[in-house]
Amino acid sequence: MREALLGTPLARICCAVLLLVVLAAITGPWLSPWDIDAVDWDAIDAAPSAVHWFGTDGVGRDLLVRTLTGARLSIVIALAATLVSCLIGIPWGATAGYVGGAADMTMMRVVDGLYALPFILLVILLVVLFGRNIVLLFAALGAVSWLDLARIVRGQTLAAKNEAYVEAARAMGVRTPGIIKRHIVPNVIGPALVYATLTVPGVIIAESFLSFLGLGVQEPQTSWGVLIADGAREMRSAPWQLAFPATMLAVTLFALNVLGDRLRDALDRRHSSAT
Amino acid sequence: MRYYLLRRLAFAVVTLWAVVTVTFFLVRLAPGGPFDGERRLPAEVEANLRAAYDLDQPLLLQYGRYVVNLLSGDLGPSFRQKDFSVNELIGMGLPISVGVGLAALSLALAMGVAGGTFAALSRDGPRDRLLVLGATLGLALPPIVVAPVLVLLFAVSLGWFPAGGYATWKHFVLPAITLALPYAAAFMRLTRGSVLEVLSRPHVVTARAKGLGRFRLVTRHVLPSALLPVVSFLGPAAAGLLAGSMVIEEVFSLPGLGRYFVQGALNRDYTLVTGAVVVYAALVLGFNLLVDLCYARLDPRIRHA
Repeated sequence: MREALLGTPLARICCAVLLLVVLAAITGPWLSPWDIDAVDWDAIDAAPSAVHWFGTDGVGRDLLVRTLTGARLSIVIALAATLVSCLIGIPWGATAGYVGGAADMTMMRVVDGLYALPFILLVILLVVLFGRNIVLLFAALGAVSWLDLARIVRGQTLAAKNEAYVEAARAMGVRTPGIIKRHIVPNVIGPALVYATLTVPGVIIAESFLSFLGLGVQEPQTSWGVLIADGAREMRSAPWQLAFPATMLAVTLFALNVLGDRLRDALDRRHSSAT
Repeated sequence: MRYYLLRRLAFAVVTLWAVVTVTFFLVRLAPGGPFDGERRLPAEVEANLRAAYDLDQPLLLQYGRYVVNLLSGDLGPSFRQKDFSVNELIGMGLPISVGVGLAALSLALAMGVAGGTFAALSRDGPRDRLLVLGATLGLALPPIVVAPVLVLLFAVSLGWFPAGGYATWKHFVLPAITLALPYAAAFMRLTRGSVLEVLSRPHVVTARAKGLGRFRLVTRHVLPSALLPVVSFLGPAAAGLLAGSMVIEEVFSLPGLGRYFVQGALNRDYTLVTGAVVVYAALVLGFNLLVDLCYARLDPRIRHA
């Protein structure tokens, strides 16, 4: 795990970048003299300067603060959606893997079926029809990103279910739900959590995508998707309004992907050397 | 093999039915209706409107009627665009979305398979490193970032391609490239991994030992088995492309299916939204069936089962 995160210079740079983004997102809006909706009448559509490091937008709001607030939102969404996907994916995969037979077939067929659908449609429907509140957005994004996790947890469960301690528990008369809860889940949860972090870039992309279409976060709240959509509209006259949020999003996704690949490789290696 | 395909077909039909049902009830159970505007309509007018579209009937009856009409290919009238049926609206949007989607998919497949094979053949060399880095970069650049940058570069500065619209083939170049990039990257990584795996198999080692040329080795012995994972990723990729096309249509102002869907959802145009979802799902499921068919032809274990 440590080797995966810090093994090569590229991995170390990516870790540093992510750390920086998180730190800036947490402290930035708080340290900055500007509020996310404070208007600077002397600097409307202003280019980056010493006062506004990232420039300002069309109504004179500081873009640095807005970009960092967007980062906050992306981080919170990533955490919340990952949590939701764990809450669905881990029990689903563990039950399918442990119970086996027809139940396993049906449950994994459902996963296959959902996998084949353009899921973002359902998220859009949910968000539009039931009002655009952020909690719903979290839940909807989490609810569509548990599929991979369920498959992986099922695989891990198939390996765990023949272990001696599971057999012992069964012999002592522990019922199926008890075995899954007490013995299977605690044993698969470590790798499952690492895999769950791999869904983070996908969730960040999905959120920015929805906000870009105007279906996600609403003014005065902001996110990278909203900022990029606004910036794209003004890119000919004020390119910095697009450049800063777009770069932040791309750099963050790049770092997450690099680290995610290394984590996955490390887990695969451990898994194949164990069997 | 026939049994395998029949099972796949049955699975697709059941999934489609589930999608229709879930969407139908979700849209109708949500708060707010198609006739809620800025101004409240007089009660009688609203009642008449509801009656005209059968919205005053019991929900199950509406559902039954919808499914029966659907079986004959009728998606109903649009609730908000009075002079159009959903079939007409979707008929206008679909060719554009499918055109962009297919162009992007072919582009992604060509770039991905070629790039991945080259990368694998020069494993750990500078060319491999560069391609892998390019793929990681491609995955980190979602359409919402790539699209404005490409427009700025190729439409505004260089003027090679138009920035929006859909009159000629030139209008489809930038959208297709934007949509293809992340999938090209994904296909490349998949191809690279599986070519590397196949290269070490005994039949390839034997063929190489016999002195077979590199080109024939790759096309005859490596790619047929190395492409299996790529083929099975085509299904999820198609689903992703359709979703991505919504952003592309927005940026490049293409009046495709995605725009009708987003508009329909915002206006609570029940029939349009349900129709768009049904068509999307049918497209993706149909494409998946096609993929299964290819897979069955490629994989002798299924062909002879």
